[in-house]
Order: sequence, then structure tokens, then C-alpha cells
Amino acid sequence: MADMRTPLGKVRGLGSAREGTGHFWKQRLTAISNIPLVLFFVGLLVAINGADYAQTRATLSSPFVALPLILVLVSVLYHMRIGMQVIIEDYVHGELNKLALIVLNTFFTVAVGVVAVFSLLKLAFGG
Amino acid sequence: MRDTIPGGAMSQSTATRQRPLSPHLTVYRWPITMTMSILHRVTGGALYFGTLLVAWWLIAAATSEEYFNFVSWLYGSWFGRLVLFAYTWVLMHHMLGGLRHLIWDTGAGLEKHTASKIAWATLAGSITLTVLIWIAGYAARGGF
Repeated sequence: MADMRTPLGKVRGLGSAREGTGHFWKQRLTAISNIPLVLFFVGLLVAINGADYAQTRATLSSPFVALPLILVLVSVLYHMRIGMQVIIEDYVHGELNKLALIVLNTFFTVAVGVVAVFSLLKLAFGG
Repeated sequence: MRDTIPGGAMSQSTATRQRPLSPHLTVYRWPITMTMSILHRVTGGALYFGTLLVAWWLIAAATSEEYFNFVSWLYGSWFGRLVLFAYTWVLMHHMLGGLRHLIWDTGAGLEKHTASKIAWATLAGSITLTVLIWIAGYAARGGF
């Protein structure tokens, strides 16, 4: 017997991952937070460029520098992960390749974040 | 070709009447907004990998004096400075481009000529900011 369900009935509960505009919104949210954070980061680099090892360590281990820097990393990495996912989705059409790159994108972002944050924590607490 | 269209002078005048044409790719003048749109994506992609330079610098500071000096030397070399200068511009350009998108998100600035003006302003702004940052950087360390 033919399927009597309407087209809408067939797709209900199947289609979207229920995130809808989530990426759009998070991209904007992190774009806004990136502005002051990146300006802080650039200002920091301008201020300490040319500093030697001891001065750099002293600066980076200060909570007034380390904490904003962790925020810089989280905000920037989150933003770039979504951005790169959009690029992958736009240009990579093979389902398997696309999925693999999206997974790699997340691994890369998390790896950079973990290593960078660990370095900051080591500077702050490791002596 | 038009000579072969049946129907005589009447239909010929219709066929030759001024009509909008599709963009002819070899003579198409790129709108600045399109260039900036492409640049926004390209700079975003570059910044993605640029974070490796930031992470490397932090790792170096957390590792040892010897290793930090090596990375500092590399970043301070002429090639390193060139890369960091480009990095600065790419970052500033993506930031201003993003600001442009945030303005557009409110529905403002979408009119054709306004959008073109903002696009040029993005380019001028990013170059200006980059130069100012590097002047400030050299001033902070008291010269070259």
C-alpha cells in the first residue's frame, strides 16, 4: 500500500540537528568578544616585544595577562573552528572527506587550545 | 545571427533593444565588495593556521630560556618580521571585515554605494592600523 503520510509528516523529527542558527549566533558572539580580546593581545605584544626570557615569563605569569590570554585563546579558537567548518562545508563535497575534515578541524582547534593554555598555566603555576 | 530570425524588421528591433546582460567574465569589473568578501575568507583561513605561531611562542616561553631565545630570534629575523607584519595586517583586516559584517547584520549599510565605501574603508583601515601597530611596536622597544 502506498505511503499515506504527507511529505511534512515524513521529515518531521528527522531533518535538522536542532541547532538551527546556533553556529550563526556563536560566530557573531565570538566575533564580538574577539574584538576587545584581540586588541588586548596585540597591545600586549606591542608592549613586550623585544623583552627577554625573564621579562616575558614574568609578564605572562601575571593573572592580569594570563587570564585575558586564556579568554583570547578560547574565543579565537571557537570562532575559527566554526569558520573553518563553513569553509569545509562549502568546498568539500565528498561526504566522507567532509566528515573527516570537520573532525580534524575540531581536533586541531582543541589541540592548539590545550597546548597553549597548558603553557600559560605552567608559566603561572610551574615557577 | 539575428538576420536569420524570422519575422522581419519588427522582431529585429526587439532583439537589438538594450537589455541587461549577464556579467561578461572577461570584461567584468570586480566590485570591491566581492574582493573584500573573498579576502575575508582568505584572511580567516590564514589566521586559523596563524594561531600555531601564537601557540609556539607560548610553548617556547614555558619550555626553556634556550628554546625561547631560538623562537624569539626566528620571529625577530627579517623573515619572521615579514611574516608577523603580514599576520598583523591579516588580523586587522579580518577584524574590520568582521565589524562590517556585524554592521550588516543589523540591516544597515547594505545599499550598493554604501557597501562599496565601507569595503574601501575596511582596506584603508586595516593598512592604517597595521602601520600604527608596528610604529608603536618599534617605539616601545626604542628603535629597530
